Amino acid sequence: MATRSNRVPFLFRPLPRGSRLLKHALLIGFGLIMLYPLLWMISSSLKPEDLIFREPGLWPSAVTLDNYSDGWTALKHSFGYYLWNSAVITGLSVAANLVACSLAAYAFARLNFPLKKVWFAIMLGSIMLPYHVTVVPQYIVFANMDWINTIWPLVVPKFLATDAFFIFLMVQFIRTLPRELDEAAAIDGAGYWRIFLQVILPLCMPALATTGIFTFIWTWNDFFSQNLYLTNSDNLTVAVALRQFLDSSGESSWGPMFAMSIVSLGPIFGFFLAGQKYLIRGMATTGLK
Amino acid sequence: MSESISVTPERPPAAPREAARPPGRRRRTTYANVHRRREARTAYVFLAPWFVGLFLITVGPILASLYLSFTDYSLLEEAQWVGWDNYSKLFFEDTRFIQSLKVTTIYVVVSVPMQLAFALALALALDRGLRGLSFYRSIYYLPSLLGGSVAIAILWRKIFGTDGLVNAVLAIFDIEGPGWVSDPDTALGTLILLHVWTFGAPMVIFLAGLRQIPQSYYEAAAVDGATKLRQFRSITLPLLTPIIFFNLVLEVIKSFQSFTQSFIVSGGSGGPVDSTLFYTLYLYLKGFKSYEMGYAAAMAWVLLLLIAGLTGVNFLASKYWVFYGDTK
Repeated sequence: MATRSNRVPFLFRPLPRGSRLLKHALLIGFGLIMLYPLLWMISSSLKPEDLIFREPGLWPSAVTLDNYSDGWTALKHSFGYYLWNSAVITGLSVAANLVACSLAAYAFARLNFPLKKVWFAIMLGSIMLPYHVTVVPQYIVFANMDWINTIWPLVVPKFLATDAFFIFLMVQFIRTLPRELDEAAAIDGAGYWRIFLQVILPLCMPALATTGIFTFIWTWNDFFSQNLYLTNSDNLTVAVALRQFLDSSGESSWGPMFAMSIVSLGPIFGFFLAGQKYLIRGMATTGLK
Repeated sequence: MSESISVTPERPPAAPREAARPPGRRRRTTYANVHRRREARTAYVFLAPWFVGLFLITVGPILASLYLSFTDYSLLEEAQWVGWDNYSKLFFEDTRFIQSLKVTTIYVVVSVPMQLAFALALALALDRGLRGLSFYRSIYYLPSLLGGSVAIAILWRKIFGTDGLVNAVLAIFDIEGPGWVSDPDTALGTLILLHVWTFGAPMVIFLAGLRQIPQSYYEAAAVDGATKLRQFRSITLPLLTPIIFFNLVLEVIKSFQSFTQSFIVSGGSGGPVDSTLFYTLYLYLKGFKSYEMGYAAAMAWVLLLLIAGLTGVNFLASKYWVFYGDTK
């Protein structure tokens, strides 16, 4: 962090020397080993099928985009169809978490009501609760409502703020905002809703960003519940479609499978690049307090 | 509360109207009381979605699954009350259940400490003033974000396949590796490795924790002639124990529920020979493949008690090693 202040362009900085150079070499080497599987998958997705397992190296000796075009059309629908399904569920989940969790967080952080401490403790406890403990009755209820093979079992719980982790994250954040702001707004005649919408929410942007990005990544990656509730081949998401890919093509067509795996990781990687500041800050604040 | 009361008299138009209200029971309609009640009412409105979710999506199903765990239920027929049958079957007859407990326990006990050790080591290496810190942090953090995805599980299955990347590398040294994911002796190991690979998330938390330790402690220790090792043992480690504890509790809970990795790597079976049959995978197979939902509900309750018990033990044990100093 100390380097932030003196902005010498990268190439003009003096090279680190001695033990520091060694440290950097070790860190880069270790990072390469860590990322090797990913890089290898990218490189393999660009190789002709028969080269994939003959070349453990990263540089493809022959490059082709066939894997991408084959993979895109390998299943019943084009892969874009599954990407869209995932995007709809993920987008709704993000919106739902932002609305429901920020409402609850404001009440916990700023308002007084009977048994507040008890409810807060229950909320914290529900973060630790394994999803599998509630899934069997939930499935039975959703099945009775004819909600299997719809997006509702995946999205409706988010509108009910069941991802309590994000409530906690936002409570922690709102508590750091000075109360004088609320009071000043109240003196000017603002009610609770106005204070929430026009004072607290705009200042909460970093916490909202963290919530949005984490919800995006977790929902996009989620396999257990999507695999459970979406079984009809017409409404699969990316995660479930990839699994079908594995089942239908068996051990044969790894090139197209790698290509589509890369495509499925693309949005996560994009969000990671765009929002890593918020991701890291979010992890750090909930981890520490 | 008290602040908002001190604010309200500043609003003259509201006061007379409130005061003019007919007195409530036992003259409790003081100004502060009205205000407090209105605040509580607003709070409940804000919390309404969460309350509905808590009762319909969380508490209701927990109780329902407790009831189901004492029944035989398959979604098609009425639930049949069977008493403790499901539980006694779990522990005394079902060898696959015992196997799944064993597999999951080994997975948690081996992978969590290894993952945290990597996380701590890298966090220490990256701490304070290192050039390119945010670059390294991003690289090491990336696998944590991707690790839970189906795509990475597919990749893992291929890397450790009979003709996969690992064996291709070993072949360079003339070593013929086993089919890592198809050999019951090594299959679980590949999943443990996958979990260790995602050490970036706890590492980020460690980094934030390290930054909370005042630099002056180290300076004072250095003046007193403490070596780097001594500084680590006497300053860094004790002050970091709350963070280690936090990561430990979180990762134990999380890894006990791992599902996707074993599901994809084993092709949904927990094989070879049940060597990767994670607890949640077995629960899924029982509840949603053979539709023994009462049985699956019993497994869910055992899981809840196990995780609660483990967390409890963690908290009790923390008294002996976690240091909550007067650092604030």
